[in-house]
Amino acid sequence: MSSNKKYWKSVEELNDNSSVVETLKHNEFVEEIPTDEFLGDKNSLESSKTTRRDFLKYVGFSTAAASLAACEGPVVKSIPYVVQPEEIVPGVANYYATTIANGFDFASVLVKTREGRPIKIENNSLASTHGSANARVNASVLGLYDSLRLQGPMKGDSAISWSTFDAETKQKLSAVKDSGKEIVLLTQTYASPSTSKLISEFKEKYGNVRHVVYDSVSESAALDAYQAKYGERGLSDYDFSKAETIVSVGADFLGDWQGGGFDSGYAKGRVPAKGKMSRHIQFESNMSLTGANADKRVPLTPSQQKVALAKLYSYVVGGSVSGDLPKNIDEAVRKAATQLKKSGNKAVVVTGIQDVNAQTVALEINEYLNSSVFNATTPIKTRQGNAKTVANLVTDMNAGKVGAIIMSGVNPMYTLPNASDFAEGLKKTDLSIAFSMKVDETSSLTEYAAAAPHYLESWGDVEIKKGHYALTQPTIRPLFDTRQFQEALLQWTGNSTSYTDYIKDTWKTSVLNGGSFNQALHDGVYVNNAPVSVENTEIETEEEETVETPSGNAARALASSVKSASGLELTLYSKTGMGDGQQANNPWLQEFPDPISRVSWDNYLTVSKVDAEKLGLKNEHVATGALDGSYADVTVNGVTLKNVPVLIQPGQAKGSVGLSFGYGRTAGLKDEMKTGVNAFKLYQGFNDIQNVSVAAASGMHEFACVQLHNTLMGRGDIVKETTLEIFNTKDKEYWNAIPVVSLDHQETPVTSPDVDMWDEFDRSIGHHFNLSIDLNACTGCGACVIACHAENNVPVVGKEEVRRSRDMHWLRIDRYYSSEGSFEGDNEKKDNISGLGSSLSEFGEMEHPSENPQVAFQPVMCQHCNHAPCETVCPVAATSHGRQGQNHMAYNRCVGTRYCANNCPYKVRRFNWFLYSENDEFDYHMNDDLGRMVLNPDVVVRSRGVMEKCSMCIQMTQKTILDAKRDGRQIKDGEFQTACSAACSSGAMTFGDINDKDSEVAHLKAGDRMYHLLEHVGTKPNVMYQTKVRNTTEA
Amino acid sequence: MKKSYQSLEVNSTNNMEQVTRRTLGKNILQLSFILLLTLSTSLFAQEGDPAKGKTLFNTNCASCHNLDRKMTGPALRHVEQRLSDDHGLDREWLSAWIRNSAAVVKSGDDYGNKIFDEYNGTAMTAFPQLSDQDISDILAYTAQDAPKPDPATEAASAGGGQAAQSGTSNKLVLGALALLFALLAVALILVRKTLNRFAEAKGVEVPEDQKGLPLWKAFVQNQFLVLVTCIFLLLASGYFVYGYLMQVGVDQGYQPVQPIHFSHKIHAGDNGIDCKYCHSSARVSKTSGIPSLNVCMNCHKSVYEYKGETTAEYSKEFYDGEIKKLYAAAGWDDAEQKYTGETTPVKWVRIHNLPDFAYFNHSQHVTVAGIECQTCHGPVEEMEIMYQHAPLTMGWCINCHRETEVKVKDNAYYEKIHAELSKKYGVEKLTAAQMGGLECGKCHY
Repeated sequence: MSSNKKYWKSVEELNDNSSVVETLKHNEFVEEIPTDEFLGDKNSLESSKTTRRDFLKYVGFSTAAASLAACEGPVVKSIPYVVQPEEIVPGVANYYATTIANGFDFASVLVKTREGRPIKIENNSLASTHGSANARVNASVLGLYDSLRLQGPMKGDSAISWSTFDAETKQKLSAVKDSGKEIVLLTQTYASPSTSKLISEFKEKYGNVRHVVYDSVSESAALDAYQAKYGERGLSDYDFSKAETIVSVGADFLGDWQGGGFDSGYAKGRVPAKGKMSRHIQFESNMSLTGANADKRVPLTPSQQKVALAKLYSYVVGGSVSGDLPKNIDEAVRKAATQLKKSGNKAVVVTGIQDVNAQTVALEINEYLNSSVFNATTPIKTRQGNAKTVANLVTDMNAGKVGAIIMSGVNPMYTLPNASDFAEGLKKTDLSIAFSMKVDETSSLTEYAAAAPHYLESWGDVEIKKGHYALTQPTIRPLFDTRQFQEALLQWTGNSTSYTDYIKDTWKTSVLNGGSFNQALHDGVYVNNAPVSVENTEIETEEEETVETPSGNAARALASSVKSASGLELTLYSKTGMGDGQQANNPWLQEFPDPISRVSWDNYLTVSKVDAEKLGLKNEHVATGALDGSYADVTVNGVTLKNVPVLIQPGQAKGSVGLSFGYGRTAGLKDEMKTGVNAFKLYQGFNDIQNVSVAAASGMHEFACVQLHNTLMGRGDIVKETTLEIFNTKDKEYWNAIPVVSLDHQETPVTSPDVDMWDEFDRSIGHHFNLSIDLNACTGCGACVIACHAENNVPVVGKEEVRRSRDMHWLRIDRYYSSEGSFEGDNEKKDNISGLGSSLSEFGEMEHPSENPQVAFQPVMCQHCNHAPCETVCPVAATSHGRQGQNHMAYNRCVGTRYCANNCPYKVRRFNWFLYSENDEFDYHMNDDLGRMVLNPDVVVRSRGVMEKCSMCIQMTQKTILDAKRDGRQIKDGEFQTACSAACSSGAMTFGDINDKDSEVAHLKAGDRMYHLLEHVGTKPNVMYQTKVRNTTEA
Repeated sequence: MKKSYQSLEVNSTNNMEQVTRRTLGKNILQLSFILLLTLSTSLFAQEGDPAKGKTLFNTNCASCHNLDRKMTGPALRHVEQRLSDDHGLDREWLSAWIRNSAAVVKSGDDYGNKIFDEYNGTAMTAFPQLSDQDISDILAYTAQDAPKPDPATEAASAGGGQAAQSGTSNKLVLGALALLFALLAVALILVRKTLNRFAEAKGVEVPEDQKGLPLWKAFVQNQFLVLVTCIFLLLASGYFVYGYLMQVGVDQGYQPVQPIHFSHKIHAGDNGIDCKYCHSSARVSKTSGIPSLNVCMNCHKSVYEYKGETTAEYSKEFYDGEIKKLYAAAGWDDAEQKYTGETTPVKWVRIHNLPDFAYFNHSQHVTVAGIECQTCHGPVEEMEIMYQHAPLTMGWCINCHRETEVKVKDNAYYEKIHAELSKKYGVEKLTAAQMGGLECGKCHY
């Protein structure tokens, strides 16, 4: 019987009269195939002497010749210095203390350089504040080697020299000065004593000068509130390690709230010690990193947050406020207030609501509580911008009042919601200069684009916190013909000293107070507790009229300011990976999976499940296993962002949506990096809370999400959890039992050698490395992920490959949601499942996270199993075990069978599907000479077809051992580090030698909270976890 | 001339001793000279002795002066003559200058100041201990005419010619022998032909060869032999193919031509310079480091010519030319004795190339283990041109790790681990392999 199947060529065939089908029927190839061109020329075809046989011969011979030639080794040149700098020994790393201050991230760091190239950022343990590098700061070293950097000053599209630049700008500046128009300096927050002094000198010389400080993500309300209360522009300081109760209303203080840098203090208080740990209650709309770490998280819309904060005030301090809250939220606020009062001066309230009244309320509650966590005497200076002055500037520019505008460290054309107005205004200026590292959205429009150096090539100083100073020093000679904004200011003011000397002078006269500059430069930081009179007043005096003052009764005003909102409320936030988008061209950060959503290469509208269903928005998994999401059009006050990808976010408050800044850049970055949508377009009035309307749009967006299974399905032994109460009262066996198996019908612990398939090796001699990960201290910040990238030359594979689950991260931070209200609920539900019917339905339910789930983070890297399943299946013995506990991977031996990855219960092995270096298909940093300068010379760059994985930074442990051998000494505890443990500022990761019985890691291994991941498998890993304890005790 | 190489520690202590001895010797020498000269000044008047002058010159002056060449100080041949002719300065001035030039400069002396400025304000070391007799000896030495070109060099080149001739004569003999044999073969064939002809003429029956099976046919028919031969051939070819393939990428004996002919034989061998004087980073770093040019110039600022043994191929001119190349690269103006600042880094051809995936650390082997450089790099002090001595294969590394005992003496790091491990293995001394030196991850990461 012949087949009746009809094969379809296209949908067009459904249409009977389609012309397309007709043409196709007659002509298979729609376009003419140029055979005539090829065969038609008979003459040349015949005259050609190359027959097919000859051709094959040539091919054969040349192949043979090529393979023979390949046997010859290449000639390698080795070029020594002519005069070798004294401090450089080839092959030995040097470390320099410096400070990043790019207007968004401020941190004192150490820079590791090899042969004069900065290759890695590390924490500066000498810094008493902001001494830890977050994921973005860790990744910032790659920005130095950005191939799209501006290589010299530009005028329009043509390159000019600095002398021309100087001559022309000087002349134009004096012309503007003579015309009586204003000169505006629009800069990032420098918080730099020397820059402030320079700017005041510039003002003196040019007279009509206005300095506008612009923070792309504004903290204006908090600054105004602080200024109104304490008379100084700054942000109050918090030491969360002292806190017993933390109540946060919309403050993502583990993220970028008020400049960030609070996570290490917070983590200290979260580790149960002597039966105590802090309790953290979070009220928020978006699921933030902070909310994910909270003991209790209450989702509520932004307008409800305002009421909740006002009510909290009234419950704690007294007085009554208007406004209604749903009953359960009101109850939660009441309980939070009781808890606060109970903890007294060990309690603290923080808020992220961009409203001067809200910020004042938080300050007042803390003052009322006399909170020791809260410190108003040493304000943080890392945000100084004022939203109103920026808005005024745009108006003035359009009114033609501004003669010249000089920008540095800002990108208003990207970060301003009214960028088009700014562009119009820019045309009306006589002179516009942008100091920029890139031809970005702004510097492509200005008259001059002044090439600025990377911070690793610059000098600078910062007053991060009052009295806490930090220095920036160059760690490499400038790669390009660049100049700092400050150097230019010196030129314009006719000062011939270099900026270096200028900083030295400033510090000697007004900062150091008799201290040594060289010591400060060596340490990177300097603390001066005596009051210092730096001319930092220029900002304050000028902007008095623009500072918003809170009303007399801030709480009442806050509550009454809430209008009944119609539709959805949008909260704009900054993502851990991208921040304000300065580093959008950084492939490490683009591929960094967001700690919460685990999505890389994108930003998206986070929507609650209920709202998504209402709006007809979907998330689905496609056949490849990747995640797809609907598009939506998001409109705020007539401004519409089209085709915003939608991600259904568990924990998102109903009636609210979230969208992150930092994406949607259009200029100064590679095409691959042009991802996401620009949320700054909706940042109207510098308010991160906006009323929006969301409408479903057609099409599905392809996400690159690295974790598609979001729940633990009741498998409580993966992330072990308990409550503080149980932890304090019950035995270890109750809350952290070792799994048992049946041996001769006896319950035997899996750790017993009787039930082990493998013979035990003696590991008591020499070093035995273990890594402990404390799930209580881990905030999920991801600094370790980037540090691992930088240390181990982990390649970037791109969005498409991540979608195919081919991401190469050696270290991932798994994030789990509970499907019930809590993980404990999950465990109970699973245990109660019996019978087919119930398991069919209930296991299905458990795949879906709850509306307001508990969240757990778990960093997972190679567990370096002592009984490693991967080692036994490798046919070529490419992976083997070392005596020091590390699971070795000999890349050159690997033939790529991938058996090991299949046999790994932790799924931590990564396969090189392609050659990721020097390959145009993967046009990231490893594809250009400049970007490859960041590679760590001690770690090999893996090639195609090779399996790779975490090595427990064997290059670092080996170096520590070698240093000790060379000095002929024993190794002290704390000397052994891995890239991740060194990057972890929250103390969650502890690395060391367990054969050293006094080491911290040996104590941790013996501790009660210790467990191994999937212990019942019997792999005996050398990575251990510390059970997560939640403080669920309500006051 | 072979130098024995000790480990760093021993070597440095040796050097120390040498240094102290040398300075001591120098002191005694100076003292005796002073004594001798103060006694003898009155006896010998102004007439200088060039031989004594040479010794004095070499002890006191040669570090800054040369007879024919500007160094830290001016060239000194016929200095007295020149001074009196050109500047009208007498012996008295010269003596004052030698004994304390700073005083002369300070006194505002015209020529003194001129010289002082010309040599970048470097004051000449004062020699108040030199007596008048010493000075006249030295000046007598400087007053000698420059010697004629050294006949030794010519002799050497002639010798080289002879060697070449002997080479050709060998070839000639061999050629003649070959010719002789060829003639003999031809003669034999001719004789056989003639005899055959005679036999034919006389009707002698030359017995026909018994037409048995030709050898090759017999061979083919014997299947056992064929099989054995085939197996033998296969094995043999397998052996050679394997041998060929195994040496692919092994560059033992690799001896590239370098941009500057640097002779390790002269530096490490003849002059006995410690390897780690130039390759200093071998002590602390993973790389031994190719010395930067400023290290070369430490010595070559004053070592401007080669004075050692020469051969036809490597003549004095050749070596001096190589030093000139160094000067060009380092931007050293030898005539003016100053740096021009125009440098051209030398692109050496790297000889020892480990693949990227193998991690090797020099300091581990050199400083910790105290292994001599020659263990891996071969007799460097005899190498006129550097070459790769060891195969640098993994088998070679591992073999050494298996055989070499770990140097644990006086190293606190090893105390505990060595005590425990040697008990475990029941050995007195542990090899690197027993310490874990065979684990993959120790070298591959």
